[in-house]
Amino acid sequence: MDDYGPLLVRLVLIVPTCSAALLAYFPDDRATGRLNAVASFITFLASTSLLVVRPAPTAFLIVDDVNVVFILLNTFVGFTTSVFSASYISHEIETGRLTPAYLRFYHAMYQGLMFSMNLALLANNVGLMWVAIELATLTTVLMVGIYRTPAALEAAWKYFILGSVGIALALFGTILVYLAASSAAGEGLDAMAWSVLVTRAAEFDPHLLNVAFVFLLLGYGTKVGLVPLHAWLPDAHAEGPTPISAVLSGLLLNVALFAVLRFKMVMAANPGALAPGPLMVALGLLSVLFASFMLYRRHGIKRMFAYSSIEHMGVITFAFGMGGALANFAGLLHMAFHSLTKSAIFFSVGHIAQIKGTQNMTEIRGLTVSHPVLGWGLVLGVIAIVGLPPMGIFMSEFLIITSTFARQPALAIALALGLLVALGALLLRLNGLAFGDPVGSDARSQASFIPMFAHLALVLAAGIYLPAELVAWFQYAAGLLG
Amino acid sequence: MDRLALDVAHMFAGGLVLVSFMLLYQDRMFGLLNIFALHALVVSLSVAWQAYIQLAPHLYITAGIALVVKAIIIPVALHRIIVRLGIHRTIETIGGIGRTMLAGIALVALSITVMLPITAAAGTLTREDLAFSLSVILLGLLMMISRRNAVSQIIGFMSIENGLILAATAAKGMPLVVEISVAFSIIIALIVVGIFLFRIRERFDTVDVHALERFRGSL
Repeated sequence: MDDYGPLLVRLVLIVPTCSAALLAYFPDDRATGRLNAVASFITFLASTSLLVVRPAPTAFLIVDDVNVVFILLNTFVGFTTSVFSASYISHEIETGRLTPAYLRFYHAMYQGLMFSMNLALLANNVGLMWVAIELATLTTVLMVGIYRTPAALEAAWKYFILGSVGIALALFGTILVYLAASSAAGEGLDAMAWSVLVTRAAEFDPHLLNVAFVFLLLGYGTKVGLVPLHAWLPDAHAEGPTPISAVLSGLLLNVALFAVLRFKMVMAANPGALAPGPLMVALGLLSVLFASFMLYRRHGIKRMFAYSSIEHMGVITFAFGMGGALANFAGLLHMAFHSLTKSAIFFSVGHIAQIKGTQNMTEIRGLTVSHPVLGWGLVLGVIAIVGLPPMGIFMSEFLIITSTFARQPALAIALALGLLVALGALLLRLNGLAFGDPVGSDARSQASFIPMFAHLALVLAAGIYLPAELVAWFQYAAGLLG
Repeated sequence: MDRLALDVAHMFAGGLVLVSFMLLYQDRMFGLLNIFALHALVVSLSVAWQAYIQLAPHLYITAGIALVVKAIIIPVALHRIIVRLGIHRTIETIGGIGRTMLAGIALVALSITVMLPITAAAGTLTREDLAFSLSVILLGLLMMISRRNAVSQIIGFMSIENGLILAATAAKGMPLVVEISVAFSIIIALIVVGIFLFRIRERFDTVDVHALERFRGSL
């Protein structure tokens, strides 16, 4: 079985690459959506095999217990989003918002994005990871601007400039980490390999690591969407195609956070280095409080859920910043639940915005009356995202707050305040969106509801009963995060 | 020879900081482009010198990319775009050259006080190059926030990138430098194509999301 290991790891990367090339030239614009979904499904299957097969790390690729969680989540949501994307895109062709040429480009970029995110997660080399995250930024920039409206171009441009500055800072941090490592681990590839960095971190120069971590946190933190580096995020979510909003919120933010976590592990392994926790806690808490108050003033439906993503990335960063087995465990859970829930919400929001022809929430009312399935899907999604029981997010947020309360009561109170404020804002908006007299078009949609309800069912099931194997697996990964 | 190697490397890196300052006060579009070409030329010379003294032939590729792409192709392309967009007569308001320059000097002082103490273990060459490259990066950021025009912003970004290339070559034996510089060139090519295709004249007035939302009315 071991012989197949390296092949399976590469399959997670090769399938998206080949399908990106294929989709770029595929002439039939009806079948491309389905082909995209099939390719994503094969990638997901290949990634599930990594649970069983664990090849030895090479100079460039590594599979360990931490990144397997991220890769599985990434390929799974990538697959369900591609199913949603197929029905979303067929509506866009009918209304003529996208031409066949743009469609081919869109699908090629979708697979390109999957490739670069998987590469960033699998990379055993900090330089390679940086290149992969940069590639992921570029592909999403191109997709955010795909509608070519002034607003879309503006959003893409802003994302591009802020994202580029972010990754420039991250590269400087990466160079400093290499410098710190090369004095202990020798020059060359070893000094950039995760497997080496984590095990030998104690020998590195702590002062260099401190400065490096500040650059890395600010750089990759821009991509996570932490306040005050979040300015690109709401516009990119609002103006791009909705499948991309789902992938951005559900996956790309996680990938950037994963990069921060990897470097946090290196910092934690060095006794002389600055504790990375307080910095992450501060940025996380700031994001939660800022985003939750901002939720009240939103008018665009996608923009509102984008702010909710900032809030949740703040919660996750806060949890990992607190550190310790319990908070890390809760952070990992919260990350998985947020990815599933937020992408489910965007699936329903995508169809809603298509039917109503607007994102303005004052023109969307009474969805449970006019479109019961979509409307109740949205209600369920919002109930999950604000952290009401019995959904999974309730459990992870509860764990984060209680574990924090035991150590830093003041921080726990501030976090709980942010979460309550966000809950108020979202439920207030949901009341208008879902109930009352319907406003606007009540056209039927040929939506595929399976991805949305599959995600919500997973979050609900996990909230009620979390299998012991899953708990053990997440706890082990959480232990490794330090 | 050792002493000479160090002095020449020092000259190029210091020269890069100086050219970054020159970028800060250019208020004519073409002047800005010419100074940027000089910036790219200095960085490519600096990288080539590092390749020579570190006996690292692959760095010549990075130097070549910097020279061909950033000192020749991009300035020529931007020159055409500026003419096409009709902004070649534009005098950019930079908002107080004196204040910008003072802020720049403060940033250089900051990067030297940050970088020199923490790199005590590294060689002299690495230490100084890192301090200089952080200065170039911070000056590039300053330029990006003090300009409104999309073309000037890109030039600011490219000067940041030059600073990063300087840092990457100064970190002796760092792998993937060539790959990283290729990845950067792709970004820049895309930005330039983007400006050209979409005729982005102005940087959108602010990066403040609330303002943008207000401008757009209902959304």
